[in-house]
Amino acid sequence: MNIDLSVKIGSLALRNPIMLASGTVGYGNEISEFTDLNKLGGIVTKSLSLKPRKGNPPQRIAETPAGMLNAIGLANVGVEVFLKEKIPFLKKFDVPLICNIAASTIDEYIECTRILTTEETIKAFEINISCPNVREGGLIFGNDLNAVAKITDKVRATTGKPIVIKLSPNVSYIAAFAKAAKDNGADAVSAINTLLGTAFNINTRKPKIHNITGGLSGPAIKPVALAKVLEISREVDIPIIGIGGIMDWKDVIEFMIAGSSAVQIGTLNFIDPSAPGKIVQQLEEYCEKMSIEKISSLTASYIL
Amino acid sequence: MFIINAPVEETIEIDHRIYLLKINAPEITSIIKPGQFLNVRVSERVFPLLRRPFSVCDVDGEHLYLMFNIMGEGTNILAHKPKGSTIDILGPLGNGFNLTGDYKTAVIVAGGLGAAPFPYFTRMLNGKKDIISFIGGRTKDDVITYNLKNVKEASDDGSRGFKGNVVQLLEENIELLKSKNIKVFACGPTVMLRALKDFCLKNNFNCEVSTECAMACGFGICQGCPIESTEDQEKYLLVCKDGPVFNIKDVVI
Repeated sequence: MNIDLSVKIGSLALRNPIMLASGTVGYGNEISEFTDLNKLGGIVTKSLSLKPRKGNPPQRIAETPAGMLNAIGLANVGVEVFLKEKIPFLKKFDVPLICNIAASTIDEYIECTRILTTEETIKAFEINISCPNVREGGLIFGNDLNAVAKITDKVRATTGKPIVIKLSPNVSYIAAFAKAAKDNGADAVSAINTLLGTAFNINTRKPKIHNITGGLSGPAIKPVALAKVLEISREVDIPIIGIGGIMDWKDVIEFMIAGSSAVQIGTLNFIDPSAPGKIVQQLEEYCEKMSIEKISSLTASYIL
Repeated sequence: MFIINAPVEETIEIDHRIYLLKINAPEITSIIKPGQFLNVRVSERVFPLLRRPFSVCDVDGEHLYLMFNIMGEGTNILAHKPKGSTIDILGPLGNGFNLTGDYKTAVIVAGGLGAAPFPYFTRMLNGKKDIISFIGGRTKDDVITYNLKNVKEASDDGSRGFKGNVVQLLEENIELLKSKNIKVFACGPTVMLRALKDFCLKNNFNCEVSTECAMACGFGICQGCPIESTEDQEKYLLVCKDGPVFNIKDVVI
């Protein structure tokens, strides 16, 4: 049987649903030693801001049961250095490159998009309105329906390339944010970004991470992510990229059943950077065994 | 960098609460350098989720040794790995110590488990340079001298060797150190490294230090392990990729 693993995110065609999540693959070079990027559906860069950002002081990371907290603070090289020093490496691969953009102001989102959109290697944008670890922008935008609508609208006016809005799970009704994105011209949403969390050292009574709170990721958040994906899927007609604690191919299938057109693998890259390529292979085997000709037929195939 | 499933050959309790894990890893032993590290997945389960970084303790042919104490769930699992099981290791990672140069005597300075990288270091320098090892700990149980040469010991409570910290012991031996062409190689707790930095700057000793920081991936993608650079305040260095060994002048400790 000829299995068709390809999926579409609006106008963006991917050879399979496996993408690598922003902030878990840097700018591609390190992970390319473990996984053949050309076999993946897409990769999403570390969040880029207009100017380089130093990020938060240590500690930035703490392990929690079945998960981890991170407060990196959007450390990145900035759009100019990215174009000059990181794009030449990424150009060598035949894999859709999605640039994640983070900003403190609406104007900064616009300016980043304007600069990056001229680079043909970049096939789409993911707009980070939901980083829990920076004071300005980040969660403040992600919790504000009007801000999400306005950012989407302004970015839409700046680029003809597909835009994905990365949604925060730290809201009570995520479908409203997906609808605001859709109504203002987004091609898709990705869900979810990390959940706000913290952890304390019981001896020192201090938080385990310098930023006090961080973003929780890993298998601990998978049920939350699935519920958010399902909520969007049932209420808003927009492609969803599912993210949250994917550890193997079965988790990918589960996210697709819940409503995802594609998925992003994040924390798993830190533990087994060779896993994404293996998961693509295992998805094909699963489809073969289950006589699923087109993997896209799994999207939102839930029976409630 | 490789990810391999390495057979466990033995787990040895070498001293009070200090363990050595002996594994077979020819792909790694043939290339790893003293001061480099491995990121070890202690279990296939989701808890503990992340790999644990360990510096290479010693290498003997195809055998690789890791030294650790039981700090939590991850190291507890490691200490009880049965012979014949396998562990998933990622490495070699980071930059090791630079053993070359025109110094005559390598001065090892270690506190507690900071001694871990130095058995392999000592093995590699054997016959090439003289070595003096200054090894400290809080009490006698924390002074780890496994496979080290020419050891001078210090303990905070005086239960073993010199009473005081290891940098105070260096001060005691300043004439000896000044009489030789030395390079210092160090690993240990932050308070020790801070005092050591002052000592080395004051006496104009060249010093390489192995640093540590909580990290997830170990090879640069998570950005979880920043360390402040003395050269460029605009960005952090990463312990995993730019280190873990730095010249002590180049980083803020």
